[in-house]
Amino acid sequence: MSREWRIKSALIVIALVASILGGVPLYRHRHYRTPVVAGPGVTKVIKLSEFVPSLKGTMADADVFILEGKEPGGKVLVMANTHANEPAGLLATIIMIENAVVEKGTLILIPEFNNSGSLNTKPGDGYPLYYDIPTEWGRVRFRMGNRDASPLDQWPDPDVYIHYPDKKLFSYLDVRNTNRTWPGRPNGAVMERVTYAAMQMMRRDKVDIAIDMHGAETMFPVTNCIVAPDKSAKIATLTAMTVKAMEGFDNHVEGSPSGFHGLSHREIGDFSETLPFLLEAPIPFLDQPTGPKTVKLLLDGKDPFLLSLSKKKKLFVSYDENGWPMEKRVGQHCSVSLEIIRQYSKKNPDKAIRIQGIPRYAEIVKNGVGHYFHDPRKADPKSVYHE
Amino acid sequence: MSLIMVLYYVISAYIAAMVIWNFLREKKNANDMILYLLILMPLVLRILRIK
Repeated sequence: MSREWRIKSALIVIALVASILGGVPLYRHRHYRTPVVAGPGVTKVIKLSEFVPSLKGTMADADVFILEGKEPGGKVLVMANTHANEPAGLLATIIMIENAVVEKGTLILIPEFNNSGSLNTKPGDGYPLYYDIPTEWGRVRFRMGNRDASPLDQWPDPDVYIHYPDKKLFSYLDVRNTNRTWPGRPNGAVMERVTYAAMQMMRRDKVDIAIDMHGAETMFPVTNCIVAPDKSAKIATLTAMTVKAMEGFDNHVEGSPSGFHGLSHREIGDFSETLPFLLEAPIPFLDQPTGPKTVKLLLDGKDPFLLSLSKKKKLFVSYDENGWPMEKRVGQHCSVSLEIIRQYSKKNPDKAIRIQGIPRYAEIVKNGVGHYFHDPRKADPKSVYHE
Repeated sequence: MSLIMVLYYVISAYIAAMVIWNFLREKKNANDMILYLLILMPLVLRILRIK
């Protein structure tokens, strides 16, 4: 063998090994699924593609869990993982899927709204591929996703994303961000079709309330809050005051800017009768000036750099040595959602929604998130879904 | 898969083929060989729909 081919062969082997070592974990991450046990309250599971058939068979399609009460009433939709790197909402909706029982009205849950984003990752930012939630019967492993859908499912990106229908210009990345593609369109980019499917569901099924669960950096002003347009502001304000008085945590109200299009808290309200609410829980993992992006930081939210910044009053939330653990974030999402539903029901008794079985903030902080997950090995296989 | 996405996979395959062609044609410069392979890796991972 000539010297040239000895060098080439060695380089090819190194490149192959690097590609396999890098590629196999990414392939396994994209195809890993977490078992979720549909609890006694789940009456039907449909797909988002029921509303936009072109999503069928794609990685952007998502499960929609429907929990119908015996008595007719209002309808509430709860979406999580619109940004799949903000996992508190996903964990809160899984607690709901596995435990909620609806007595009156209907609860609709989409745990992986940007399903493609949950199959994506951000190696350049050092994201872990998975995180584990401990339970009494073992650990449940979840994929850590990304803010944007995977380019494997929607490619290429445009130079500039022009929002439909108002032609506002966004960063090219936002064409894969399902909180910039509302209200969507049936023949647009894949993420526009995902949001359009949800809009169609809200319009067709006359959904009264839509809750979109997120997480935001502690250094970002719109954090630890409920974002609501004018039509939802009264319920949001009553909710914020009630959880502060009764459950002892802050969750202020931010108005939805009327000119900032593409966001769920803006477009759902403008393009349907539904009242939108976007919940933000602090997630220190997403802050830029932190230590390594570890699973520990994701779960306990403890970081010495943020603590130092907090002492200099650079954060928009209170922050101490206890960090911002996942239990607090999931607990806030559950309590705030339940309180929004309660406030809506008080104002609209003919469309009241009554739900049992969802733990509130103090219970989740005390017992941990995993306490409310059920062992899929002991469940009826027909009730186990893979998210 | 939309038509434009298919076209981008075709473009990626074409560029990958060109990179491989240049890698094979390179006789002496090991630095260039390494650069060709570095450029090739993300293209291959995309064509195989891994990343």
